[in-house]
Amino acid sequence: MSASSSLFESFGSTDNPALSVRAKLSEVDDSMRLPAVFFILASVAWLLIGTVLALLTALSMHPAMDTVKLGGSAAETMPILRTAHLNAMAYGWGNNVAFAIAPWIMGRLCKTRIRHIPILLTAGVFYNIGVLIGIVGILAGHMNGPEWLEMPAYATPLIAISFAMVGVWVIVAFRWRQSDHIYVSQWYILAAFFWLPWLYTVAQIMLILVPVRGVVQSLTNWWFAHNVLGLWLTPIALATAYYLIPKVLGRAIHSYYLSVIGFWSLAFFYNWAGVHHLIGGPVPAWVISAGTVASVMMVIPVLVTAINHHLTVVGMHKQGWASPTIRFVVFGAINYTVVSLLGSAMALRSVNEVTHFTHFTVGHAHHGVYAFFTMIMFGGVYYMLPRILHREWPSASLIRIHWWMCAVGITLMVVSLSIGGWIQGTMLNALTDDGGVLVPTFSFEEVTNSTRPYLIARSFSGLLLTFGHIAFAISVCWILLKRSKPDNQQPTLLSSDVN
Amino acid sequence: MKSLPLLFLGIFFTLAFSWTGIILTTYFQFEDHAINEPATATFVDAEGNEIVGPTYKLPSGQLITGTNNPEVGQEMFPAAFSGAAQRGQAVYEKLGCLYCHSQQVRRQGFGSDFERGWGTRQSVARDYIFHERVMLGTMRTGPDLSNVGLRYSELWQHQHLFSSQSVNGWSIMPSYAFLYEIQPIGLSGPSSNAVDQLDSWGIPDDHEVIPTRDASDLVAYLLSLNQNYELPEIKFSE
Repeated sequence: MSASSSLFESFGSTDNPALSVRAKLSEVDDSMRLPAVFFILASVAWLLIGTVLALLTALSMHPAMDTVKLGGSAAETMPILRTAHLNAMAYGWGNNVAFAIAPWIMGRLCKTRIRHIPILLTAGVFYNIGVLIGIVGILAGHMNGPEWLEMPAYATPLIAISFAMVGVWVIVAFRWRQSDHIYVSQWYILAAFFWLPWLYTVAQIMLILVPVRGVVQSLTNWWFAHNVLGLWLTPIALATAYYLIPKVLGRAIHSYYLSVIGFWSLAFFYNWAGVHHLIGGPVPAWVISAGTVASVMMVIPVLVTAINHHLTVVGMHKQGWASPTIRFVVFGAINYTVVSLLGSAMALRSVNEVTHFTHFTVGHAHHGVYAFFTMIMFGGVYYMLPRILHREWPSASLIRIHWWMCAVGITLMVVSLSIGGWIQGTMLNALTDDGGVLVPTFSFEEVTNSTRPYLIARSFSGLLLTFGHIAFAISVCWILLKRSKPDNQQPTLLSSDVN
Repeated sequence: MKSLPLLFLGIFFTLAFSWTGIILTTYFQFEDHAINEPATATFVDAEGNEIVGPTYKLPSGQLITGTNNPEVGQEMFPAAFSGAAQRGQAVYEKLGCLYCHSQQVRRQGFGSDFERGWGTRQSVARDYIFHERVMLGTMRTGPDLSNVGLRYSELWQHQHLFSSQSVNGWSIMPSYAFLYEIQPIGLSGPSSNAVDQLDSWGIPDDHEVIPTRDASDLVAYLLSLNQNYELPEIKFSE
């Protein structure tokens, strides 16, 4: 079977019913239709809300000079807007889109339908009510201090319970799997749906309900917050990439054994890495050293995954470029490699001395959660929706707009915040010998002013992302409302010279 | 590894490993901060629990830990927060101040914390035992606040919160004017807690700016932030 004919087949949503595997997949697709559409609609709504909050946050960092803001409110200030933005994106967009894609991949790989859809949907509705209450609570001025756990305590039990009720059907699907072989995506998804409820519950108890004493709070906070990225968003995105890259390109993953090493080294090292957010802080030196070592050891799973992903794609860039799914997923996979290697470097004390406390870290966070996780999730939506709805994307132009706005936007954001943050950190630390006494070379005023052009570039990049998200939202609504014409429909490709 | 129980055990123990290492171990490592004798018989918190863990400086200058000797002139470090400062910490938390301000001094030679006047010694874990919410922070869009209580007056704090740009034209801190009430001056003259206005605020002379309780609590908290004391484990300029 040539690569291109397989590629062509994999784009199409019309399956050959003669094949029993196709029938199984079709059954999985049918079982996930309602929950997937619900979670994707919810995630797109949160994506748009989070984008508006992000723009307001970015713009609030260019205050007009000499203004006294009378009649304002706390909800208009940068810290509350950014926190509402973070929670809308992480809990609203990120988790909802993961709830749509991960169970579907799990069901397909286990060749078993997702069970108890009414319970899954009910949990999904309550989850989103919980997130809504939490974000309104943050805007109303009830937020908690620990980062990534700012939602007030009256919203979080609902979120924790709903989350467990969503996750349990993923584990049940794995239990009832019909296939002998276990693919690496299944491990990642199974582990992620187990790790996050545990992390979230422990963090809620130790930080919000019965706060531990002293700086153990900070350690618990960063154990949780970094693990949301490392043990939840990362495994979900990697599972999606591991599933979609071979699926769309029609070739097997480069090495099964490497994927096993990648999974267990990630599980072992990533959850120690969070302490690197406290380098130089009042916590035991040994735990910082352990966190630094774990952060550097993350090079192993990252390189292993990079070899596996990139060697699977290599030689098929032309076909990949034509596929909306592969364009987004490969962009995300490349950025996973880059952002993780940068992250390992940032955990070194000498680098951290500069980047800690600066906009570099903000850029790094967006590099991971957006350029890696979110872009792969976009690719996942572009692959999944045509298959569960049995219709194709209505407009290649909208997908192209989405792609270019997001790819250029996030690149501009990461580059500008990284350069601006590095300059900020260097200026903050610079010392001059003034007659035997060391004094700061730059005043805090000069440091603040140095960041301004980069913050303006960041706001502009946010504008590009906004256009991209609007194009994506229109695409999703359009494919949902489009009249179905199942016969002889060609897949939507972004360039025509694939064959 | 195809069996669910075995896979599950692996997934369980990897996370349990880091939880034990990062959280449980440090929890017990810091336990000596919490098992000391009570400070005085009357030092109890709102629930009646004894407050424990601080260091005492005797009039002779000697630092002692663990035992309280209610001699005259004996000072306790770190100092406990006043009620207003305790409430102010909650205001600081709910306004999200920690997203731009850190509360940790790094050691000399690692960054420029000493040279910028943000502290004279590195922050240590014991400094935070009275913080109900420890907010070390991860950004320095604004300066570090570990010792901000030593740097500015109450009036400066109020004026800066009301409009940071009227104090520092280059500041990008939001205006917290919503924590203040602007009201006409009454017949009996200006209120005792009115904040001296700056011309750039453009508020008429017959009006006064009154801090709400949130504002005065927040300022009480900021004024109480200082690590200007030595502990057995840390001396100045270390």
